[in-house]
Amino acid sequence: MRVVVDLNRCQGYAQCCYAAPGRFELRGREILFYDPAPPNHERAEIERAVEACPVHAISVAFADIDLKRPPGTAR
Amino acid sequence: MSGTPEPLGIAIVGASLAGLRGAEALRLNGYDGPLSIVGDEPYRPYDRPPLSKHVLAGELAAGATQLPNLVSLDARWHLGQAAIKLDREARIIALAGGTALSFDRLLIATGAQARPWPDPEAARLSGVHTLRGRDDAADLRAALVKNPGRVVIVGAGLIGCEAASCCRDLGLPVTLIDPNPTPLARSLGGAIGGVIAGCLRDAGVDFRPGTQVRALEGDGAVRRVALSNGAAIDADLVIVALGAVRATGWLAAAALMADAGGVTCDGACRVLTADGTAVPEIYAAGDVARWPIPLYDGRLVSIEHWGNAVEQARHAARNMLAAPDDQRPYDHLPAFWSSQFGINIKAVGLTEGADSLAVVQGSLAARRFLAVYGQAGRSIAAVSFDEARWLPAYAERVAARRPFPPIRDANDQPAITSLPPGFPPPRAARHHGVAMGGAHG
Repeated sequence: MRVVVDLNRCQGYAQCCYAAPGRFELRGREILFYDPAPPNHERAEIERAVEACPVHAISVAFADIDLKRPPGTAR
Repeated sequence: MSGTPEPLGIAIVGASLAGLRGAEALRLNGYDGPLSIVGDEPYRPYDRPPLSKHVLAGELAAGATQLPNLVSLDARWHLGQAAIKLDREARIIALAGGTALSFDRLLIATGAQARPWPDPEAARLSGVHTLRGRDDAADLRAALVKNPGRVVIVGAGLIGCEAASCCRDLGLPVTLIDPNPTPLARSLGGAIGGVIAGCLRDAGVDFRPGTQVRALEGDGAVRRVALSNGAAIDADLVIVALGAVRATGWLAAAALMADAGGVTCDGACRVLTADGTAVPEIYAAGDVARWPIPLYDGRLVSIEHWGNAVEQARHAARNMLAAPDDQRPYDHLPAFWSSQFGINIKAVGLTEGADSLAVVQGSLAARRFLAVYGQAGRSIAAVSFDEARWLPAYAERVAARRPFPPIRDANDQPAITSLPPGFPPPRAARHHGVAMGGAHG
């Protein structure tokens, strides 16, 4: 699983920290630290975090969509 | 593989954030033809902002930040193969390794590289690092865990300050050197930079403002940093944090308006030839693109920030698929973030040319505030230190070119006084981006 957070958009509402406590964490007053590669078995928690974000700052891909095609091979 | 050009279609050169988001936008906008993505690094697109923070701190592995693919790309990837030459007339890209890639439309998203130490021999001394890519971060992290003696950081821009913050968290002795009176002087000015200077002092960083480095000295490994005032600092590890140069070398023979400051585009992200004509089939986006920004009256800028890579690539992709008479101009409110010394820094707008600064929420002394930059009575930029909740309201005013200061009589607002922002005089002709740094947001 791959996660990226748009930290321009993030307002530190911390809803993700409640939804997926092991993977999102607030530091200091409002620095968001997150795990960009959470384990697949935490999919439900991560989906909850995506849904809970009031500013829709979290993007996630549950599989490496294009990895079936190794780099450099033909279309 | 050489000799037989690949099938035509769209090529994207640059496999970082802009290249990835551009590719996704092409597919989302209905492009179903051949798509090739070229990257000089052997890695799938990855996120850079964590490199100078959590990767240096050892909280994330350098390889952990691969970006999510938000849609299926069905692309042909050429990773670890730098583009070395563009033949614009023939529409062929030569890749290192001999592949010739034909295209009928091209998106240039090659980004930037860390500006190296100017003396190439000294730059090769072991223990001299730059910080831009995933390998740089892995190498630097590996060097930091060996518990070197003093770390000397040259350049107190965003990357230099983030690195200083990490090194102090690791307990390493740090000297940070910058020619300006404060850190972050070019991006945020001396008044705000002074707040970070206080953080450096409290964190035990030996900050040397107003100081030039003359040479990096050593015998195989770096041993000393010689200053132009005649002094020298013993150093076991040096981080050169002098900003970035745009990756345009491969365009040298293409007769485009391109140099170390970027490749110039028209307002619709189409690159310009040396005589200023827009090339209808070649676009650029992200750090490498220099374009007339409408919000700042068409000034040519290249924005080295995460949000611009995403938005400009999407915009360019949209225009690449649109008819010639439906090329929409790209407007953008620049924004970046940084975290250092436990503070969340966020900024919007371009501070260049600011003549005044007003603290409109909180206080500099508390290191928790929102400040607005003004130029000739207009609000042109805003920065927050641990006050992100206020930023969108001010971002809206900056985007709407509202007067300076923009909001009066807000709740909890201090008495607003205007102070000099304290920007250093413009640098002598050296191509540079909007902000020093590299892998920050």
